[in-house]
Amino acid sequence: MSDILFHLFSLLTVACALGVVLNKNAVASALCLLVCLTGIAGLFVLLDAFLLAVLTVFVYAGAVVALFLFIIMLLDMQGGDRKPFTKASIVAGAASVGLLCTGLYTFIVRGHIDSPALSDTPAHGSSLRAYAELLFTTYLLPVQIVGFLLLIAMLGVIVISKKFEGLEDIK
Amino acid sequence: MSPFLSLPLAAAVNLADLLRVDLNSYLYLSALLFAIGFFGVLLRKNTLVIYMCLELMLVAATVALVAFSRYNGTMDGNVFVFFILTVAAAEVAVGLAIIVALFRRRQTIQVEELNALKN
Repeated sequence: MSDILFHLFSLLTVACALGVVLNKNAVASALCLLVCLTGIAGLFVLLDAFLLAVLTVFVYAGAVVALFLFIIMLLDMQGGDRKPFTKASIVAGAASVGLLCTGLYTFIVRGHIDSPALSDTPAHGSSLRAYAELLFTTYLLPVQIVGFLLLIAMLGVIVISKKFEGLEDIK
Repeated sequence: MSPFLSLPLAAAVNLADLLRVDLNSYLYLSALLFAIGFFGVLLRKNTLVIYMCLELMLVAATVALVAFSRYNGTMDGNVFVFFILTVAAAEVAVGLAIIVALFRRRQTIQVEELNALKN
């Protein structure tokens, strides 16, 4: 049963990821990203990471995609006429895509890791208690640093997006 | 068993092998998602869509982390994903603010027109 669900969710995720890349409309891309992240949350549930699944839906699908949609709405960009790719960028793009495909192919053919099926591996530490124990013992310093980072990010966003009336003439 | 029968049988066994979900399936999916995101970063010219593709690459990495964590029976990968989520949220907020500031100054967010540092 969980195998079928894995294939279902991974198909959904990959299809919507392709939708993000290939859609011409930025709003459609953002909505594809939303569905893609929901699929990822489903995969997290299959991996017994329930807290991460909920957090992905809250933080990514809720906050981040909503932010993207807001910005798209505010900027109101029209497609306009697009310049074609330059020759150098086509060569660079083809080379990097070729490298990436080679890497993927090698990974699939030769990078096989022997592992039991998911249903044979005992689930471990999906409880909140396990998270809390690690976060408040081993990872206490990173937690505080990340909290500080969020504070700085908030201040930075305010400074970047605020219009300073007195500083206009400096431009 | 006749060789005519054994070939489809082998194919069926291979298919069952392919459909069996283990660590490799998750890693392949993660690599594929990362590649799609990377492809989008190269292909698209709208800064916002490039940003979405960057997010996609980040999420692909988290899938690999959670899968490794699950199969090793440890929590550290999950906790690391926790931090990645936090940093990604902060990153998106700052990045979008920069894009808005950029649009306010230049009236465009197409990457080929943002060449102020050229020459």
